[in-house]
Amino acid sequence: MSKPAAKKQNKLVTSVRKYQFMFEELVKRDFKQRYKRSILGMAWSILSPLLTLLVMRVIFTEFLGKDIPHYTIYLFSGNIVMSYFRESTRNGMRSLTSNAKIFTKINVPKYLFLLSKNVSALVNFGLTLIVYFAFCGIDHIKFTPKMFLLVYPSVCLLVTCIGIGAILSAMYVFFEDTSYLYDVVLTLLNYMSAIFYSVDSLSKHLQTAFLFNPVYVYIKYFRVIVIDGIVPSLSYHLLCLFFPVFFLSIGMYIYRKYNTQFLYYL
Amino acid sequence: MISGVFCMSDQTAIKCEHVSIRYITGDFKSIGLKEYVIRRLTGNYHVKEFWADKDVTFTLNKGDMLGIIGSNGAGKSTLLKAVTGIMVPTGGKITVHGNIAALLELGSGFDGDMTVRENTYLRGALLGYTRKFLDEKYDEIIRFAELEDFQDYMFKQLSSGMKSRLAFSIACLVHPDILILDEVLSVGDGAFRKKSGAKMQEIIQGGVTAILVSHVMPQVRELCTKILWLDHGKQVCFTDDVQHTCDAYEEFLARGKKAKVPRKQEQIDALAEAYQQRLADAAAQKEKEKETGMYQTV
Repeated sequence: MSKPAAKKQNKLVTSVRKYQFMFEELVKRDFKQRYKRSILGMAWSILSPLLTLLVMRVIFTEFLGKDIPHYTIYLFSGNIVMSYFRESTRNGMRSLTSNAKIFTKINVPKYLFLLSKNVSALVNFGLTLIVYFAFCGIDHIKFTPKMFLLVYPSVCLLVTCIGIGAILSAMYVFFEDTSYLYDVVLTLLNYMSAIFYSVDSLSKHLQTAFLFNPVYVYIKYFRVIVIDGIVPSLSYHLLCLFFPVFFLSIGMYIYRKYNTQFLYYL
Repeated sequence: MISGVFCMSDQTAIKCEHVSIRYITGDFKSIGLKEYVIRRLTGNYHVKEFWADKDVTFTLNKGDMLGIIGSNGAGKSTLLKAVTGIMVPTGGKITVHGNIAALLELGSGFDGDMTVRENTYLRGALLGYTRKFLDEKYDEIIRFAELEDFQDYMFKQLSSGMKSRLAFSIACLVHPDILILDEVLSVGDGAFRKKSGAKMQEIIQGGVTAILVSHVMPQVRELCTKILWLDHGKQVCFTDDVQHTCDAYEEFLARGKKAKVPRKQEQIDALAEAYQQRLADAAAQKEKEKETGMYQTV
């Protein structure tokens, strides 16, 4: 290797190491902030989706769940994906404003704040997944190696959340009401993601329209694998890949363009 | 750590060439997205521009201590942010030779619900230290901040003096090539101020290049080897004639709001002269008072 190249690589290694430590400390902080606020701490992050599940199960089974097999798991699949999406993007939205005091004083890469918020949401998602699989066992769902494929929609979902979080965090710097507007969007999304009903009785066109909603797309992937035991088609996999690429590109574009302008508005 | 060795002389630490920084103050934040869209559509949306710094030029050699003076809103802090790389100048160019440690408004940016120890590591990490370095220096930092008994206290439980002491200690126990100090030398109580002042002296004598923003003129006179005077973003002067310029600046301040900002060297000279004159008058006055006072007691 020539000398400048070696030097360049060396520089890259030191900078990765430098940011790695910074990133670790930020993740630690976000964890502490997250779990210090509630007394039950980590247990709450498992209890809360279970309570939601219980209520939905009791109320909706009679009206909507009669024709849906494994309705509990059907609901649970919808709930975990939706609540992960909600938490991750909401936290992401606040990642710039809540760290404004730091990056207006110290020169640090701003995307680290966003990524670290996503890590704590992801760990929470992992915890609920464990409970999810426990429920699958209770509901007599057969465990197959196909379930390892769930890593794919999870990674796509993670990157999508990072992309959307980046867009929202930038908007939240510029516009104070972003959080209210986004809450409205989330509520709508909650009803449009077929969490507690099935789209089968809807018209074909409407069913296609659902595929524009990333949350629905990933929920469906979970259900198809876990409940139906079928591997989705290749084109469905490509559709899953579209959202992270799309949202992350926009997010990165915005961060690049406005990187030096955020602090004018904080 | 040191980069950009080429194209600069070995002696230059910071080179600021015709730096201008513009703020945009649209009322984005207060009107919100809905109102913004409506105003955009009706053509009722306006952005205000505001130049925080306009055409500032200076060069610092290694070991220089620059004092930046000027009243509030002169663009001092903004200029420092540009030097540290937090802001990017709208116009002009800043070249920095060496790694920078910046102490800007120290107390902020800590997490109140985390312990002193956790905050120390977080801040250290954000400042770019390695874990190994912090492990080694942690005890020294705490000892210097005099917080040995408070390591596991929540940060919010500390007094504001303790907070600034910790911040100062974390930021200072490195050996940067360039040190930037924004109103931080007046941290803590008298004893700590003495200690931090001594620490600063030690660092400065170690050959560091430093930039100091301060409203405490005796401090500037004592420490600085060069002076940059800013007024409303414009550069009044950049010189190594520290005492003379400080004289002029103090006279300028004493004259209050009506005083005209000097634009030429002669005007600065005139101000400095007036300051010396005023000092002499004051001394004479005091002498006189003393005499009359003595007379009265008799």
